[in-house]
Amino acid sequence: MARQTARSSARRGTRAGLAALLVLPLALGACGGGGGSTSSGSSDTLRVLDYYNSDPNKTLWNDAIMACGKTVGMKISRESVPGETLIQKVLQQSSSKTLPDVLMLDNPDVQQIAASGALAPLDDLGVDSSGVAEGVLSASTYEGKLYGLQPVTNTIALFYNKKVLEAAGVTPPTTWDELKTASAKLTQGEQYGFAMSNVNTYEGTWQFLPFMWSNGGDEKNIDTPQTAQALQLVKDLLDSKSLSQSSVNWTQADVADQFTAGKAAMMINGPWNFGTLDKVSGLEYGIVPIPVPQAGGKTVSPFGGEAWTVPQTGDKDKQKKAAELVQCLNSDENEVKISLGTGTVPTKPALADQVTSQNPNLKAFADQVPDLRARTGELGADWPKAATKIYTAVQNALVGGMTPEDALKQAQNG
Amino acid sequence: MADASVSSSVGVTSRTAPSAGAPTGRGSGHKLRTRLVEVAFVVPAVVYLVLFFGYPVVKNVLMGFQAYTTKTFYTGEAPWVGLANYSAVVGNAIFDRTLWNTLFFTAGSIVGQFALGLAIALFFHKRFALSGVLRSLILLPWLIPMIAGTAVWRWILDTDNGALNRILSAVPGLDLHPNWLTSPQLALVAVIGVNIWLGIPFNMTILYGGLQEIPEELYEAGALDGATGWRAFRHITWPMLRPVVTVVLVLGVVYTLKVLDVILGLTNGGPANSTQTISTFSYDMSFRQFDFGQGAALGNILILISLVFAVVYLRINRKAVDE
Repeated sequence: MARQTARSSARRGTRAGLAALLVLPLALGACGGGGGSTSSGSSDTLRVLDYYNSDPNKTLWNDAIMACGKTVGMKISRESVPGETLIQKVLQQSSSKTLPDVLMLDNPDVQQIAASGALAPLDDLGVDSSGVAEGVLSASTYEGKLYGLQPVTNTIALFYNKKVLEAAGVTPPTTWDELKTASAKLTQGEQYGFAMSNVNTYEGTWQFLPFMWSNGGDEKNIDTPQTAQALQLVKDLLDSKSLSQSSVNWTQADVADQFTAGKAAMMINGPWNFGTLDKVSGLEYGIVPIPVPQAGGKTVSPFGGEAWTVPQTGDKDKQKKAAELVQCLNSDENEVKISLGTGTVPTKPALADQVTSQNPNLKAFADQVPDLRARTGELGADWPKAATKIYTAVQNALVGGMTPEDALKQAQNG
Repeated sequence: MADASVSSSVGVTSRTAPSAGAPTGRGSGHKLRTRLVEVAFVVPAVVYLVLFFGYPVVKNVLMGFQAYTTKTFYTGEAPWVGLANYSAVVGNAIFDRTLWNTLFFTAGSIVGQFALGLAIALFFHKRFALSGVLRSLILLPWLIPMIAGTAVWRWILDTDNGALNRILSAVPGLDLHPNWLTSPQLALVAVIGVNIWLGIPFNMTILYGGLQEIPEELYEAGALDGATGWRAFRHITWPMLRPVVTVVLVLGVVYTLKVLDVILGLTNGGPANSTQTISTFSYDMSFRQFDFGQGAALGNILILISLVFAVVYLRINRKAVDE
């Protein structure tokens, strides 16, 4: 009997130990989630965070960042995350106070993050932004202070299939009326005349903006005749079957697929597609500005691209160095090099010629730079709400059975 | 014999411990140790629950009453706003729509998954050549990553170039090109269809397991009394399968209510919000518009709805155990 008890209590001891062991990984897991493994790093290393994780951006930016690190005399520890996870990462790092020394942000996000207090004003750190287009600067300006500097930008334009247009005897449209007639004429068999993305995300809003802005529409109040006319144009294209109804589910990548597959003769898209389009044998394409309401009008388009910012890390000396790095990334030389390598255009209009002389395809985009408009220029951190209203109204009018006027009114009033 | 008595006394209940015949002098220390062992076994479960269920749920409930934005992450400030988030989401123009969509999506998916799952389970219950292989193949939708699955379905259901419409157009005399994913009238139906495809393996597997449990003798006895075919199903299979059916349905409802990836992958809630459910709406609020307070409020509404079904499930389960 005594032997039995001894044995069983020994077993109990082991089991209690085992049970305690089970808790360990849980506790460790909990620590891992909150703390993060990022240290603030040594004093001669700048931590850089961006989302340039695929080529050509990955390599080109890496070269530029490393070279600039040498210029400012700091080591670089760079991290690239997938695009859609960047903001989550930034928010996590904000709350755990582990923000990097240099942070890349998509331009419409800069004001939102600046409003949270996580970014340092670049003017105070001695950054010089002269020569950069006004519109581009306005995206990175929050309450009168500059928080980000954007070296290169992109926007959208009208791509057309040269052979198809030639065969149909159509010249690239410049006005809305021409766009309608050209699209109708180019719609034959399985080929639609026109393609654009009207998807229910910010991507759809981004594609609709050139039509809305060029006609005098404004995001502060979308319940206006100007915006309604722009929406009517897209609806007319869809109703006349010059534009596939699938466009309400197409991303810009899907639109490019339609164009390369010969299912669309013209499309609204951006220069980041050059790589894909150039690989398609036999495809010859031209690029013109997005058509305007009346002849002689001006296309007003939104711009894309990312700005480099300096987060509030509490280390003043490092912030100074970080600002120098940002300045270096925005040097004339880097702007030209990166523009040519990634199919973007410099944000300094004075550099446009250097780029378009080497890549004529970029001309339609470079010409727009002085007039480009920031999505967050008027509404700042409230832009996401307006962007949601715009794509909701577009979808309601295109397939939801509402008139453009009603759809815009309903969206505006929430 | 001795070993059996020992193992039965180990760490199960303190009541059985003294019967193992421990000397009374060491009783109190012995009891304490038993108690410690019990606690040690409970601790992992409690820690796990608190960490991974308790904390997120409490946090989410609290967030629903706070103005929780991107700013909060940096400053740590999230002012209390009472019911403002709830009144904002309920007052949102699309809230009613998302509620109905959630209802239709859940009801449609469950009915379809269950009916087809049961039919396939019954089919495989009759053993035939290759039935094992085929039954495993039915599990495929479960094994494919959801995003890959929805990407393929998006292509199948495309209006102009999709496989489904190509097949339809090959049918002579039929001139149909339904806008499966881009017409507000059809999109919800299409999304439900894909979700049914995804849910069949779960329903079939559990129901098939239930069918295996029914003793063969019952059917033999029934057959002697003339109960075959439909009557055997009606009077033997169905009553015997009832407990499994309840589990499948209640779990199915709870899983379907919160479906996010299928809808995001196929239509992203569109077109014109025709497939927007409470869970996609909540995702949009939190992770696209960065209004985490309103997103949490929507999440809490969803939790509340799920809770009703969870309680129903627990009650039915308890009844079954009592019986």
